[in-house]
Amino acid sequence: MDQAIIIEKGIFIVVIFAITMLFAMYETLAERKIAAWFQDRIGPNRAGPGGILQPLADGLKLFSKEEFFPNTENRFLFIAGPAISMTTALMTSAVIPWGDKLSIFGRDVVLQATDINIGMLYVFGVLSVGVYGIMIGGWASNNKFSLMGAMRASSQMISYEVAMGLAIVSLVMMTESLSLGEIAAGQHSWRWNVLYQPVGFLIFLVCSFAETNRTPFDLAECEAELIGGYHTEYSSMKMGFYLFAEYASMFISSTILAILYFGAYNYPGMDWVESVIGSNGANIIGIIVLFAKICFFIFFYMWVRWTIPRFRYDQLMKLGWKMLIPLAIANIIVTGIIILLADQNL
Amino acid sequence: MSIETISLSGRKKEVSNKKMTFLESLYLVAIAKGLWITLGHLFTRKVTIKYPEQTRELSPVYRGQHMLMRDEEGRERCTACGLCALSCPAEAITMKSEERKPEEKHLYREEKYASIYEINMLRCIFCGLCEEACPKQAIYLTKSRVMVKSNTNREDFIYGKEKLVMPLDMAIRNTQMQTAN
Ligand code: SF4
Ligand code: SF4
Repeated sequence: MDQAIIIEKGIFIVVIFAITMLFAMYETLAERKIAAWFQDRIGPNRAGPGGILQPLADGLKLFSKEEFFPNTENRFLFIAGPAISMTTALMTSAVIPWGDKLSIFGRDVVLQATDINIGMLYVFGVLSVGVYGIMIGGWASNNKFSLMGAMRASSQMISYEVAMGLAIVSLVMMTESLSLGEIAAGQHSWRWNVLYQPVGFLIFLVCSFAETNRTPFDLAECEAELIGGYHTEYSSMKMGFYLFAEYASMFISSTILAILYFGAYNYPGMDWVESVIGSNGANIIGIIVLFAKICFFIFFYMWVRWTIPRFRYDQLMKLGWKMLIPLAIANIIVTGIIILLADQNL
Repeated sequence: MSIETISLSGRKKEVSNKKMTFLESLYLVAIAKGLWITLGHLFTRKVTIKYPEQTRELSPVYRGQHMLMRDEEGRERCTACGLCALSCPAEAITMKSEERKPEEKHLYREEKYASIYEINMLRCIFCGLCEEACPKQAIYLTKSRVMVKSNTNREDFIYGKEKLVMPLDMAIRNTQMQTAN
């Protein structure tokens, strides 16, 4: 039995890893395609039918680029930067519930690498380590533009983490659990958290943009002022790792948005579907629904990127500290009062 | 109307620096509006022309590849006067003149001809001034759709007489058509 569970989890982790990589790969294509469509263009369409092989071509190109090292003493840190970024981007997927239980060959297979009871805290912990990848990379580059980019990235991430955490507090007050598995299961059918926590969702959404360093919060790599920001000095596959990590974390944060607020694998009418085609079928539809939600959020990320110009640095800080944090605290208080009133009525 | 209020483009707007309200400073309304606009662009017709498969419609006054003309007897019209080179704003044309020998009368119309005539296609801007300057109606910019081929070698962009002079069979066809009329 023990062996079986190790094999089961092993296979599951490999599958999740592959899916994350696949998503990150095709996000690069999607980004370019969607950017093109928003700008009334067509986008890359030469590599394979409709440009489907473009990510492979990009990867091949990155591999064949020269490995460049700046004149720095910190060669080890220079290599560690992209590695940390990549690792942290991938680590979060461990606690994400990708679906309800499936029964395969009479065994209940839980579609979650591990359902630790502090899943949410784990996610936040890993996310905040993510800033080290950028910080170390920018520092080791021995280049003032990289350093400035890294500084901006870290101050931005730290400020928005506060608001993000506070937004989550009100969610946790409601769900009374820190485990992602339970939060997902608690949003049965149409009882999605976004309906109960719209303000919390908005704050969380804005903060996710900041955490993943996406436009309008991509001050870490704004080309106009900082050349390329923290990855100015990077080339070849180290650069590829940074880019890949950015897309992987975009996938993960879309997943977390879908799980925390948009009902994870739940969809309206799932009980009826279950009664018609059995629980396995219903759960597989659930997984598809989850991925549809993830794709929507990824699209949303790109949609926003090609709509909104970058914030100025002072606007960014003002928005984080003077708007989002007070709003999040007010949200906590209101949530607390409502929960209290609801308890008394019962 | 005073000069301050005049708006030539009709799109003049006063800059307002009024303080944003709390709701405005969250930018949410403005962002939603922006998202709506970009969403519209997602479904508009794409303007891209997929070049090798589709080609752009040419204007009626399109000027393409030059051609050094022959007259109705098939002789080269150019007399190497150099006016085209002089008029060329991009200084793309160079030539070398030579005196026509008695036995070459069937080849060149004038007593002097261009033994070398080169246009540097990297310099040429296809303005057509050479065509306008020529007193002998010897150089024309055709409506040829063939673009100058890309290359890695600069020398290959200098087109000599072998590429510029009108092909003989074309001259023969032209003359036949003219006499038929
Ligand atoms: S077309 Fe204009 S630029 Fe080109 S050779 Fe003639 S005069 Fe010069
Ligand atoms: S092409 Fe015309 S203008 Fe140019 S050298 Fe010949 S005759 Fe003169």
